[in-house]
This record gives sequence, C-alpha cells and structure tokens, in this order.
Amino acid sequence: MSQTSPASSAANMPALFRSPLVARLGVILVFILIWEFGARLYDDPDFLATATQTAASLIPLIQDPKVLSALGYMIVALISGFSMALLSGGILGMLIGVNKLSYRTFFPIIVLIYAIPQVTLLPLFVLTFGIGTAVKIVYGFTHGFFPIIVCVIAGTQNINPVLMTAARSMGASRGQIFRRIVFPFVIPSLFTGMRLGMSATLIGVILAELYASQGGIGYYTRHFSDSFEPQNLFALVILIAAAAIVLNEILRKAETHFSRWRQ
Amino acid sequence: MDNRGLVRLFQFTFFAAIFGLWYGVTSTGYVSSIFLPELPVLARAFVKLIISGDWISPLQVTLYEVGCAYAISITAGTFIGFLVSRSKFSTRVFEPLFSSIFAIPLIIFYPLAMLFFGLGVGSKIALGATVSFFPIVLNTISGFSNLNPVYTRAASSMGASGFLLFKRVLLPAALPVILTGLRIGFVLCFLSIIGGETLGSLNGLGHKIVFHAESMNTAGMFTYIIFVIIIAFILNTLVLRLERKGAHYR
Repeated sequence: MSQTSPASSAANMPALFRSPLVARLGVILVFILIWEFGARLYDDPDFLATATQTAASLIPLIQDPKVLSALGYMIVALISGFSMALLSGGILGMLIGVNKLSYRTFFPIIVLIYAIPQVTLLPLFVLTFGIGTAVKIVYGFTHGFFPIIVCVIAGTQNINPVLMTAARSMGASRGQIFRRIVFPFVIPSLFTGMRLGMSATLIGVILAELYASQGGIGYYTRHFSDSFEPQNLFALVILIAAAAIVLNEILRKAETHFSRWRQ
Repeated sequence: MDNRGLVRLFQFTFFAAIFGLWYGVTSTGYVSSIFLPELPVLARAFVKLIISGDWISPLQVTLYEVGCAYAISITAGTFIGFLVSRSKFSTRVFEPLFSSIFAIPLIIFYPLAMLFFGLGVGSKIALGATVSFFPIVLNTISGFSNLNPVYTRAASSMGASGFLLFKRVLLPAALPVILTGLRIGFVLCFLSIIGGETLGSLNGLGHKIVFHAESMNTAGMFTYIIFVIIIAFILNTLVLRLERKGAHYR
C-alpha cells in the first residue's frame, strides 16, 4: 500500500495514457488480443472462434435475411413488451400512488409479487402463450412492469401534499392535478423505472427467445452450436450484448437529462 | 387516519378473489387442467412431493452449482475490486467498464457456456459466477473508493500501515457496501442458475420445472415452481439477515 497519490503516478505516464478513456480502450484491446491468441493457441475451431473469425462473420450474419428477421422480431417483442409495461405501469402506478388507501393496500402486494423469481414461471408462460412472438412480448412485459410501477409509486410519495391541497382548494380538476402536479413529480422516478424496466424487459425477452428454440434468436444460438459454427454464435451474442449496452446508455442519459428540473 | 383494518380487508379480498377465480375456472373446466391445475390437486401434489423426498436430489444439485459459482465470484470479485480501488486512475478506468457489462443481460452468454461446458453443472457454474461477479466487484470498488480520506490520513499519521490499516480502517468502513454487493450477487447467482437449468440441463430444480412442463404434468410443474419460490424466499431472508448482522460487526 504505497502512499503515492494517484495524480503523481499518473503524471509519470505519457500524456495519452493519462486519459481513463484511452486506458479503458487499451484494456478492451488487451482483452481482445488475449482472446485472439488464446483461441489460436487452444485451436479447437469447432468450439472456440478467434476474434478475427468472429469479426469476419459479423457482416455475413447481419446480411442473412433470416437472422435479420429473427433480430427484428426480437426488437418488436422488446418494444411492444416495454411499451405495454410503461403504459400500464405508469398509469396504474400514478393512480395507486396518489390515494393513500390504495397505496397502503396495493403497494405491499405489488412488492410481494415483484419478489417472486419470474424465471421459474418461464415454462408456464410458454405453455400458455406458445412459442411464438406472443410469449416473448408477454414475458418481457411482466418483467418490465414491476420495476416501472414500483418506481412510479415511490415517485408519487415525494409529491408535496401542500401542492395537492392548494390545487384542490383553488378548484383544479382531476385532470389538471395529474397533468400539473403528479406527472412532473413522477418524471424523475419514471425515468429510473424506465431504465430498470427496459433492462428487465430485455432479460425477459431474451430468456423467452432462448427457451423457445423453434424460431428466433434461440433457434440460431442452438443451430450455431449444434452445427459447430462458433464464430457465428460469438458474433450473434456480441451483437446483442452491444445493442444492450447502447440501449442502456441512451436511457441513462435520458434519466439524468429529465431529472434535472428538480435541482 | 387509521385505516389499517380497511387496508387488511381490501388485501384479503384481493387474494380471496384471485384464489376464488382460480378455483372457479378450474373446477368448472372453463380452463383446462393442462394449463392450470385444480387447487386441491395441486395441494395434494405438493404434499406428496415433500413427503416423497424427491426434491432432495435436484435441490442438492442446484445448491452445489450455486455454492461453486458463488465461491468463484466472491473470491474474484472482492480481490479484483480491492485491487482496482487502490488508485483513483484504475477506478476510473475499470468501474465504467464493469458497470456497462453489468447492464447486459448476461444470460445471453449462456449458449456459449453450454457450448464450452456442456449440459452438466459446469455451464451453470460458469453462468452463475459471471452474473454474480459484477455486483460484487462494483460494490467492492465503490466501498473501498468512497472512503472518507480523513480516516486513512488519521490512521497513517498515527503509524498504521499495511495490514493493520486494512483491518482496522479500510475494511470496517467499506464492509456495509461490500456486503450489499455480496447479497445482490447471491440472489442473481441463484436466479441465473435456475434460469440456466430451465434453458438446458440434466438435473436441478429448474430442470424439474421444465421436465414436468414438457411431459404436460402441469400439477408437477406448479409444485416445483412453488417449491423454488419458497426456497428463493428462504435464501433471500437468510442473506438479508447475514448482511444486516455483518454490517453491525464494527
């Protein structure tokens, strides 16, 4: 545990490497190099693809119309499941949250149901909704719904009751109260809920995709492993992972942007 | 405004309505027992499962996988987290990297794990260890790097260094945050392993759910779903207790 301060140890390095961003890219590069040479050394093309093989199969993979349509269906399921979760979670959350009685009745029930591990219910969902796009939408929806409604209800509890009383005594209608007081107060937690709900929806959709392997992404992951095409499997997995990172970054930016009015 | 009685009444009505609906649609045959078992049938199947002891072997398999995966992620997560937190620079390099990987639904890597380690316990251990590594490493980093510098400066000016500084100052201050990471890691580890068993496995609790679903034994599937939910609640309560106990150890 040397007592050199971080600043002085960083000053010993060339200017370029003092930026954390450059160093981060360096770490990723080192990881890719280890992957590349590790895979070459291990040399088992049936199971392990090198980084260059994976990169090379990325282009043909996204040009394959069948893989593209599988990805498209996954995005459709993600967007539909998420919009359903956002609409129902947002509206129900505000309705439950503004009334004290409904808050105390339903919030514990919602938290209780949220605590049930939904992954145990996946075969049940497939049994009920089949193996098509429907199960992906519904399973994504039930994953996304709970984080959103819990965040929205928590957000309604921050509403200053003085504002509500004032608005009511000045004759504001129900619609006006929701639009002018409840909604602006709920927005920051709504965006937190959206970010959590989006990643939960994505988990639900991907779980359903992987389980129902007759079509969609799950079919291709199984197909690529069974036919010993690890480069395609790696490329597909990395593509989805990269999309998830981008999606999360967008929602995180939106969250900080729309929560600013509070400060 | 005391409306506790009213709240309890509403909650009771809510659950009574759900179970009443369940009983109604199954006993009249409106919903086929292939999709939803009748409540008495389900209760009998559950009691039979518990008495027969058939749950012991899949539970052992699942707990073995969870134990191995969690041991790996605890060791790697706290060790790497501590090393990264030692300098501000490495924290700024690695922390965003780990947190953006944590944002990926890591279950997407499960087909790769199955390719490398097969359908047995190996692929679940790999998945569980990967998923639970990230909350542990992230909380370890934030626990050690958000220390009040006054503590370390005071301790080192009074001559504490090396292991003593770690044991008396760094660890006690960081421990509550690290323990939260360990709890989240454990919960995610258990859930992802059940998920892995559902997607492809030879044994374990998740496998039992799928096995009964695929043989159209809906009552059997529901009994195992309920069993896993109960196990999950027990484990959650246990780790929450441990976390609270550990955070007060100073």
